[in-house]
Amino acid sequence: MGMGDATLAKSLLLALPLWFVAARALPARLPWFARVALGAAAGWLVALAVTLVVPSGQMAYLVSFAIVGSIYAVLALGLNVQWGYTGLFNIGIAAFFAVGAFTSALVTTRMPTGAAAAFSQQAFGLGAPFLAGVLAAGVAAGVLALLVGGPTLRLREDYLAIATIGIAELVRLVFQNERWLANGPQPLRGIPQPLACLVRDPGCGWLPAPLAALFDPLTPRDYTYVYLAIATLVVIVVYVVLERAIRSPWGRVLRAVREDEAAAAMVGKDVARVRLQAFVVGAVIMGFGGALYAHYMIAIDYTHFDALYATFLVWVMLMLGGSGNNRGAILGAFALWGVWTGAAFVVDLARPLLAAISSDLPARGPYLRLLFIALLMLFILLYRPKGMIGEERFVSRDSQGRDG
Amino acid sequence: MAKALARRAHGPRLSARLRRALGSRTALVALLALLLLGLWLLAGAQGVTGQRLLSLAVRGVMLGGVLALGAVGLTLIFGVLRIPNFAHGDLMTWGAYLALFGLTLLPAGPPLAPFSFGIELLVLLVLAAPLVGLTGYLLDRLVFRRLRARRVPSVILAMAALGGAFLLRSVIYLGWGADFRNFYTGRPRPAVELFAGIRVRPDQLFIVGLALLLIFLLYLLLERTKMGKAMRATADNADLARITGIDTEGVIRWTWLIGGGLAGAGGIMYALDTQLRPEMGWWLMLPLFASVILGTIGNAYGALVGAMVVGLVWQMSTAFLNPAYGPGVAFLVLILVLLFRPEGIFGKPGGS
Repeated sequence: MGMGDATLAKSLLLALPLWFVAARALPARLPWFARVALGAAAGWLVALAVTLVVPSGQMAYLVSFAIVGSIYAVLALGLNVQWGYTGLFNIGIAAFFAVGAFTSALVTTRMPTGAAAAFSQQAFGLGAPFLAGVLAAGVAAGVLALLVGGPTLRLREDYLAIATIGIAELVRLVFQNERWLANGPQPLRGIPQPLACLVRDPGCGWLPAPLAALFDPLTPRDYTYVYLAIATLVVIVVYVVLERAIRSPWGRVLRAVREDEAAAAMVGKDVARVRLQAFVVGAVIMGFGGALYAHYMIAIDYTHFDALYATFLVWVMLMLGGSGNNRGAILGAFALWGVWTGAAFVVDLARPLLAAISSDLPARGPYLRLLFIALLMLFILLYRPKGMIGEERFVSRDSQGRDG
Repeated sequence: MAKALARRAHGPRLSARLRRALGSRTALVALLALLLLGLWLLAGAQGVTGQRLLSLAVRGVMLGGVLALGAVGLTLIFGVLRIPNFAHGDLMTWGAYLALFGLTLLPAGPPLAPFSFGIELLVLLVLAAPLVGLTGYLLDRLVFRRLRARRVPSVILAMAALGGAFLLRSVIYLGWGADFRNFYTGRPRPAVELFAGIRVRPDQLFIVGLALLLIFLLYLLLERTKMGKAMRATADNADLARITGIDTEGVIRWTWLIGGGLAGAGGIMYALDTQLRPEMGWWLMLPLFASVILGTIGNAYGALVGAMVVGLVWQMSTAFLNPAYGPGVAFLVLILVLLFRPEGIFGKPGGS
């Protein structure tokens, strides 16, 4: 079958996140079913137009860009619970990200057998489905957060930062040196791709025939479209749940603790407990992000979880978008990932110029991006502490109702 | 009611008393001694010879010296300026690379036997260390001062320091790439026998000697000069120091120059003993903070003690543990201190 036939399936997969965005962008006056229906139509039309207009090579690039952007968005949302809403300074995001990724990988892969067992070791391999892997990733990251947060969250705030740096270091060392655990320092390979049957022959057996026919033209090269739908779905679910939680009494307590710890304690809130809850919830979300990453990469090793990519970039993303704002976290993640990947092109273009300065420089050009991001972070801190959209001001739903 | 009154008459509850006893200085020192003893016994049980353990202990003191050079500056900046300086490790790296750069400019003399380095490295030590101090002060002028003026909480300062760390590292990557480097490529560094079959490299003895000398000079500065007294007073109580007319600007400048300078020297010494690579200082952050918190934030001598303990524990653990886990063992020390006595060995209970 030709490429043209796959267009419909691709556009439907792309339409999912657009549907959500469009439905939210429509005026709130409309009844909800109208927004859902109109959003679906608008989302699908945009997706179809994009699939038809953009050449498939560039489209593949855009799709993988959006997948990584979504993974970063999940991490930034997790950090937003900790820092944006509660004021907890976690600079060990890499730890929770890595634990989530490796946990999901171990839960979903099978123990290597035969000849492969000689090259690859892992502590266990359950061969469980993707969703079980994601949940296990969240649980593992949450337990780690409990262990780190327990002794440190009742102390002065900068101690948490130091402890999280420590745990990130320790987690990296463990996955680097413990062969039996997850094949360190070699990559742990063969992490299954969820719903890969959609792009394979024969398709997913459980799918109703019309849907199976719809996805039939997709080839394994189109798998990223399927994964983009999964990744954006995770972002949407995390976002919706967080938005509800933040507007709940629990969310108000978080901000009360951040703004004035003493006052929150005075009205009878158990400050240490609330902080620990927020720390764990944020870490669980970061664990989900790790699982998403593992199943996208198929093979992971400890080098993927260094402080630069897994911690520093996420921080700048949240600060750029606006701490204390979930939409800001998502926006910041995509914007900064765009800047980061776009800067690679700029550095490539500047290659001759760099070569003119020093013969060593072109090879080191990619580090210009790090320089730029570090400067950007300091610039935001000094001149735009609220980020692009700043914290959302809102009152609770009850008092809104009373006002209206 | 009667019960509550009786309890009050008998002082605090048993659990509270127990907690206080566990949080005492004696308990922490005993705990650390137990930890060292445990490491020793564990190693002994695995058939590690006493001689090897002793030479590990000597290496631990050497490592402690390097850590102390970083930790003393970190604790001063933390205590006096209230900045949890996450750029401190990268300031150490910066010092090492500045020295590496200097080596390409200066003519290389013959090695100062028995050491592996020539006179040019000593010259560079004197030149590069103050430059690192200046770098720190520059960072303060450009970033921290503006944030201080806005009276931001200390976590924001920590975040700015993190930005500074990555800024410095990106400059190092651009200048020298990500590869391992050596001050002197291919120069042999034989170990000599110290006593009782314990072998160390002469460079390592130099490192310990230099660390002790620099910290002694710092002691003189803190105890005997007006600026030193002003720094200690600010670390003790910043507000009180300010209203008693202490030259705050001078204190800030000197804290960065001294803290950064010591970090630069520490970085050069660390690179002399191992190798240069852009992440070397970042990976020292955890042991450095463990030393600082163990020795009580703001207490320079405490940082020295903390660094020695961390260095010893780190090296001793390698007798039976993968040496890569050294910084992880430092993390264990940190967690123990945070659990039992977060104010550190020399702190006042509930002080921080």
